[in-house]
Amino acid sequence: MSQTQSSTGPILTTDGIPLKVSLKKAERINKIRAFLLVSPLLIFILVTFLVPIGDMLARSIDDRQINTVFPKTFEVYKKWDRKGLPSEEVYKTMFFELKNSEGYSVGKASTRMNYSKSGWKSLLKKSKRKFKKIEEGPYKEQMIAIDKKWADPEYWLALGQMVDPTTMGYYLNAVDLKYDSSKNIVQQKENRRIYNKTWIKTFKVSILVTLFCLLLGYPISYLLATLPMKYSNLLMICVLLPFWTSLLVRTVAWMVMLQQKGVLNNLLVMSNLIADENRFQLMYNQTAVVIVMTQILLPFMVLPLYSVMKTISPTYMRAALNLGASPMHAFYKIYMPNSVPGVSAGCLLVFIIAIGYYITPELVGGKDGQMVGNWIAYHLKTTLNWGLCAALGAILLAMMTVLYWAYNKIVGIENIKLG
Amino acid sequence: MALPAYATTGQRIGYYSFLTYCALVFFFLIAPIFIILPLSFSASPFFEFTREFMNFEPEAWSLRWYRQMVGISSIGDTTVVSNKWMLGTRNSFFIGIIATLLATALGTVAALGLSRPHMPFKAVLMAILISPMIVPLIITAAGMFFFYSKIGLTHTYLGLILAHTALGTPFVVITVTATLTGFDTNLIRASQSLGADTMRTFFKVIMPLILPGVISGGLFAFITSFDEVVIVMFVGSVEQITIPKQMWAGLRQETSPVILCMATCLVALSIALLTTVEMLRRRSERLRGIKQR
Repeated sequence: MSQTQSSTGPILTTDGIPLKVSLKKAERINKIRAFLLVSPLLIFILVTFLVPIGDMLARSIDDRQINTVFPKTFEVYKKWDRKGLPSEEVYKTMFFELKNSEGYSVGKASTRMNYSKSGWKSLLKKSKRKFKKIEEGPYKEQMIAIDKKWADPEYWLALGQMVDPTTMGYYLNAVDLKYDSSKNIVQQKENRRIYNKTWIKTFKVSILVTLFCLLLGYPISYLLATLPMKYSNLLMICVLLPFWTSLLVRTVAWMVMLQQKGVLNNLLVMSNLIADENRFQLMYNQTAVVIVMTQILLPFMVLPLYSVMKTISPTYMRAALNLGASPMHAFYKIYMPNSVPGVSAGCLLVFIIAIGYYITPELVGGKDGQMVGNWIAYHLKTTLNWGLCAALGAILLAMMTVLYWAYNKIVGIENIKLG
Repeated sequence: MALPAYATTGQRIGYYSFLTYCALVFFFLIAPIFIILPLSFSASPFFEFTREFMNFEPEAWSLRWYRQMVGISSIGDTTVVSNKWMLGTRNSFFIGIIATLLATALGTVAALGLSRPHMPFKAVLMAILISPMIVPLIITAAGMFFFYSKIGLTHTYLGLILAHTALGTPFVVITVTATLTGFDTNLIRASQSLGADTMRTFFKVIMPLILPGVISGGLFAFITSFDEVVIVMFVGSVEQITIPKQMWAGLRQETSPVILCMATCLVALSIALLTTVEMLRRRSERLRGIKQR
């Protein structure tokens, strides 16, 4: 065969092109066609979703708010040896840049400066007002006369953190660390350490929710998978209806159940288990968050479990029983190992969703139940510390990406079941 | 999975306690949703079952909150007062329907490409296209808030529609790819060999077969948009009220029972959508079952 081929040359198509080349070309056209079909959505997701996420990531290290407002000051600042007070030149450039700057940009810059050393904001505000009266130098003494803080090297040293256009400062803040004035990484003050606690709490709640979902979801998935179709379809509605019901509706329902004058407390009072005046405080704490999230995320555990259990042939169990295993032993040795893919899929999915939860903790969590998502929202809307908001988001996103990757490896993302 | 006749007493006890446990779990899943239905007909301005209400006294039951929801302030007075709930309903449907149409179109076409055997980088592309479903909403909201404010899309309906479209597409991609597994590509070749062009093949051969998946994906996309509150809060303006946003505001500020009425309506809507999707799923399975034979 090879003999004849080498003598006559490669196989040709009717056009006289070698078959290999022609086939490659056809395949390339097919590839391009397939890609063209995907590309509209890809571009859409890129622009409306991925670029915004990238923008957030960029913001988490961006530290240019001040560099754009006081560019010259930072030029001369870099020459300062960080001992004692800066020279007259630094004071002079600072004076002119502050005097001629716009109120809006100073506001933005001073907010950032306040993160490194509180007091900067009021100092700049006061100085900008009074600088109008100063006509000529020397500026150093006059500035110090306006406010003693100008003579405090601490303030000047704090600026050193902002010389570079990028910073890791927000990431440090997000795990309760910070730069001190000489750019060493130190722990935050005792009373300002809130984020590590929040991270731990977020993990704790997510793990608890995943665990409870597994405890509640495994038996009912088993029941659904082993019941005859006509019953299991009916019961499946009980799983799918919550899945389709608005998240807010379910949270409202739980508020009705758990509040002081709510259904659960009323039932307890009516059955004389507790007195009317000492009703349980069931809402606005971490327990409430765990209960409500378990109910909300349970379908995400049941659906993957069910789809895996459905594929476990009942003959396996029968064979084990036939061979003399007790039902419990057979279940433990045969059924459980076979259902592990479903367990890992369900657990990962529930954990991934739980870790970024925001709405439920906000509504039923109270002070005690706030998770990382709530802090992101808080910094986004209330404190406007967008750098920290972005850094918290970026850390959360990194964790999600790892989990998502694991999910993709173990389960395959295209196998997500939606009812 | 019934008990065999020879089951021991211990096995019987085990089996029935297992069933009881399952019943309790199902109750835990369903009860909270149905507890709000009767409460929405209560006359009480609080979320509670009063004694009069439990004894079915007529004055404790009323439709007053439903009337308030549709914008009629009191009995006899039929003038429509300015109403945020109805405005929210209009906005929710407006944003939801447009976002659904966009998401369905984009998602279906992409799913067709992804299901082709020649698709390069399939796994990576799939992971990217599904990611809006996986990334926490609060992160998406933060990113969109930063970026959309740069390009002037915050506080606009266009911004909200684009955001909701992005959130909805993964569902369409997943359901349509699922319907396309086991799709007989010979049907396309047959159609083409009989002289149909690409568009005709798509609408006459492919579309009828994948329609159940397309519709249920679309419904998923719709309910996602309809239920979404975080992005509406951060990207939308104060005036852009949707149903979930109004519910959220209601829960944080005045806890008016109108929320329960709207919640009841939403439960009814989700029952309707769930039924539709289930019927479509069975139809699709039947269609594909016939094909496999």
